[in-house]
Amino acid sequence: MLKIEIEKVLHGSNGSMTLSVNTTVNKGDFVVIMGESGAGKSTLLRCLAGLEKAYGNIVVEGEVWQDGSKTLSIQKRNVGFVFQDYALFDNMSVKENLLFVNTNKSLAEELLEIMEIRGLSERNVQFLSGGQKQRVALARALMRRPKLLLMDEPLSALDPRMRHKLSQKIKELHKRFDMTTLMVSHDVTEAKNLASKVWFVESGGVKEYDKVYLEEIY
Amino acid sequence: MEWLAYIEWTPFWLSFKLAALTVTILFVVALPFAWWLSQSHSRFKPILEAITALPIVLPPSVLGFYMLLLLSHNSLLGHFLEESFNIKLAFSFTGLVIASCFYSFPFMVQPLQSGFESLNQHMIEASYLIGKSSHMTLWKVALPNIKPSLLTAVIISFAHTVGEFGVVLMVGGNIPHQTRVASVAIYDLVEVMDYEKANIYAGVLLLFSFTILVLVYWFNYRHKLRVGTVL
Repeated sequence: MLKIEIEKVLHGSNGSMTLSVNTTVNKGDFVVIMGESGAGKSTLLRCLAGLEKAYGNIVVEGEVWQDGSKTLSIQKRNVGFVFQDYALFDNMSVKENLLFVNTNKSLAEELLEIMEIRGLSERNVQFLSGGQKQRVALARALMRRPKLLLMDEPLSALDPRMRHKLSQKIKELHKRFDMTTLMVSHDVTEAKNLASKVWFVESGGVKEYDKVYLEEIY
Repeated sequence: MEWLAYIEWTPFWLSFKLAALTVTILFVVALPFAWWLSQSHSRFKPILEAITALPIVLPPSVLGFYMLLLLSHNSLLGHFLEESFNIKLAFSFTGLVIASCFYSFPFMVQPLQSGFESLNQHMIEASYLIGKSSHMTLWKVALPNIKPSLLTAVIISFAHTVGEFGVVLMVGGNIPHQTRVASVAIYDLVEVMDYEKANIYAGVLLLFSFTILVLVYWFNYRHKLRVGTVL
């Protein structure tokens, strides 16, 4: 179980506001986070990963990542994180991007196979298309077998066909690797397809709905 | 090719030795500093950046004067080194190396810092997220992705050290085979009105500087072209 009780001051174009999140996520849940730009969706993910500081507590499957007295470093949190802009290591090949995480060659091979990019393993990542890059990013994020997968609009830069294909891959990986997943998205179809829960971030808070609600309102 | 025999090459050798040592020392010192500056949000960062840039705007004679005060026998440092290790810094080659490190510091730090700052910050964060330390991220991710900036920093620092005059004259003086580097030798030749020899010395330095700059711009042009074809 993931327990989040945090507060973070956001500085946006409309001034400052406090994002206050107090919620829990069950193990194996797939949460799609929606809301307007600047509401704090990405910041929430970044706070969970340790990339930004927030006040409060974060507990993941009994392990304290953050409380009043200690904060676990980014390196020790073991989250998988996927950025919208891929954030691959441009100086490395596809395979090197995965093996830089750790030297588990069989896992790297398995992930390349699942993502259908085995044929590209020796290619430098700068010479890949957007869809291929995001598949490498997703594979890399899973190399540490994370308990928690965080994705910040991973599909928004891709064409509709690739979005659909990758969202199926994400669904498959979420089950196969037995993860708890939080994904920021603006796409309702994506949310309907993937989510077990939906969070709307608005007015400095998070409103939680189950998938049925999403199907009713859209 | 008669003029080749006519030339005394020691000043050039001294200049290149000075530049090579300075660049080596600066690389070791400036690399972690530039990396820290690029990642830091400290309130003291502007002050440190200003101190780093000082040698660019200060007249070399001012910097040379302070360096001379710092390295002379009368200073704490100079006195300590001379009494304890019999090392004399003022008017010595070692003193020149120290002074050059201060003088060329911004030429190493600034291209590296700007290279690091131009990197996609998410790429750096991705490295931390897969468990890599800041040190590992610097060596395996950041540095290999700023090759043009790295080359610019090394080459320009080298060329700048070869070409420096005011600071080396103030700190090192004009001692043959010890501190008379190429730029000082030209000044010396002009003073004794040996324009022919001065012309050759100046021509060698001009050719050297031009070649270095062409190499840097050519490499950066090729790099942009390669990245450009991908985009």
